[in-house]
Amino acid sequence: MKNQTSPIVKLAVLAIAAALLFWPFLFQDVRSIQVAARICVFIVLVASYDLLIGYTGIVSFAHTMFFGFGSYGAAIALDRMGAGWTPVLLGGLAGVAVSLVVAVAVGLLSLRVKAIFFAMITLAAASVALVLASQLSGLTGGEDGITYRAPDLFKPATKLLVDEEGKVASLFGVRLNGKLAAYYFVFVSSLVLFLAMLRLVASPIGTVLKAIRENEARAEAIGYRVVAYRTFVFCIAAVIASLAGTVYAVWLKYTGPETALSFDIMIDILLMVVIGGMGTMWGAVIGATLMVLAQYYLRDLMGSASEALAGLPVLPDILSPDRWLLWLGIVFILLVYFFPKGIAGTLSARGKGA
Amino acid sequence: MSKPSLITQDLTIRFGGHVAVNAVSCDFRPGELTVIVGPNGAGKTTYFNLISGQLRATSGRVLKDGTDLTKMAPSTRAHHGVGRAFQLTNLFPELSVLENIRLAVQARSGDGWRIFRSARSLTELTARAERYLEATKLQGVAHQAASELSHGDQRKLEVALLMAMEPDIYMFDEPTAGMSLDHAPDVLELIAEIKHDTSKTVLLVEHKMDVVRALADRIIVLHNGTLLADGNPEEVMSSQLVKDVYLGKGVEPA
Repeated sequence: MKNQTSPIVKLAVLAIAAALLFWPFLFQDVRSIQVAARICVFIVLVASYDLLIGYTGIVSFAHTMFFGFGSYGAAIALDRMGAGWTPVLLGGLAGVAVSLVVAVAVGLLSLRVKAIFFAMITLAAASVALVLASQLSGLTGGEDGITYRAPDLFKPATKLLVDEEGKVASLFGVRLNGKLAAYYFVFVSSLVLFLAMLRLVASPIGTVLKAIRENEARAEAIGYRVVAYRTFVFCIAAVIASLAGTVYAVWLKYTGPETALSFDIMIDILLMVVIGGMGTMWGAVIGATLMVLAQYYLRDLMGSASEALAGLPVLPDILSPDRWLLWLGIVFILLVYFFPKGIAGTLSARGKGA
Repeated sequence: MSKPSLITQDLTIRFGGHVAVNAVSCDFRPGELTVIVGPNGAGKTTYFNLISGQLRATSGRVLKDGTDLTKMAPSTRAHHGVGRAFQLTNLFPELSVLENIRLAVQARSGDGWRIFRSARSLTELTARAERYLEATKLQGVAHQAASELSHGDQRKLEVALLMAMEPDIYMFDEPTAGMSLDHAPDVLELIAEIKHDTSKTVLLVEHKMDVVRALADRIIVLHNGTLLADGNPEEVMSSQLVKDVYLGKGVEPA
């Protein structure tokens, strides 16, 4: 595999990037902008997980834990200190610091052991984090989570630009208010983090990570300290996940176990990375986008399909929106069957074979 | 005679009750090519693993230019100049031939940790990698994945990786195993060239007697993990003891 990214994959990624860039101007309802922000954050989260599983061959179940550290850091700081940029910065840094300490500890203690034991240790750590978040309710709000205000810039009432009459100005019919600023905060932060990861995998260290995935013993034999590189990439992935968590917490203005720590998120990440394609970075973009779109719109789609077929027997029942998870499952099975290396991976491999 | 570059002192490893390498003491000098022979299971590859660090000795020591390597990880030993090629092809299968070699060059230059690459350093690394590509006549397949190469080319790439590490100690474990007759001479020529450099120490595990005769300055014989004979090729090959345990088994007619 000579890293020949298929042109279709490149086009798809460009199309997704362009769509996310202009999203607020294309779709203006609250729900669709929620979807776009979630896609941005999950692209970063999935790409950082791909650094582990796709590039280095490390299986970890603690990725949501680091995401949660970042989210709760920002949430607790915003809750205690009130809205503003200082709590976002302090909370974000605190999240990064906790993530780094935990990642170094878990990494050094357990990256020497076999992959399966490492996976179990991360699973245990993630469970502990989840339990702590719901038990330490004085700090984390327990199961209810924390609701707080974002920095003033992101209030819907904020006017980024005003027209002659002192009202909020519009561009192509879109009001230039705080909501728009909040979306672009999410978009730009995600873009910067994603580009940093692209840079990392293209650097000499990226090749070393791939070498470790391919043949750990030989990488060690030609002079690479495998444990050190693994711990390093585990820390980097943890820091990026934590930052993604902070960004998402600022966007949602709510942080709870469901949005920041639950194992559902971990499963989503795994599905996204598998569907998109491991070890490609582009796969993260495609996987996260498809999955989030499916989670938000498959029900609507099925609802309208079911209505359209109202007169017919059985079909409307099968397509009833209540059964959306069943269909999501079927779509996954088909995707994995037809794209065994994920969408980006399989298309690229086919392009090379032809 | 020059000072020994590599010394093993009473090197021993036990797996449970089985002593795979038993108190082997040996000195190796720069400019000398030592062939290690012995029947299957004699402990040749295990001896190599103890020197390059894939296995840790139960007792005894490995010294390189006076530094004690015995407790070091393989990567640290590599930085001390101990280079090793493997008997079973042991490459980075999905990476290209050039990337495989560049990884070894990069490990040597200590550039592995550069996150923000300078394009210049990469060009230098690539240029150095290309030298080894040419030396091993692999230019034609530079951009193919290692897994797509023929067996012969994979063996050559194995040698190229070792050369790219620029070690002081070269360890080859049956470098021509399974190679066709037209490919083997290329690899043997490379080893002969390395041997010409009098600052390098070469250790070679080999079964083929014509290869042993052509290259060896010295032969050591391992049998059941112990050092049975050590001397110049004529002496060792004519020794009755060696004939009994090794040549007597009819490995290859001379």
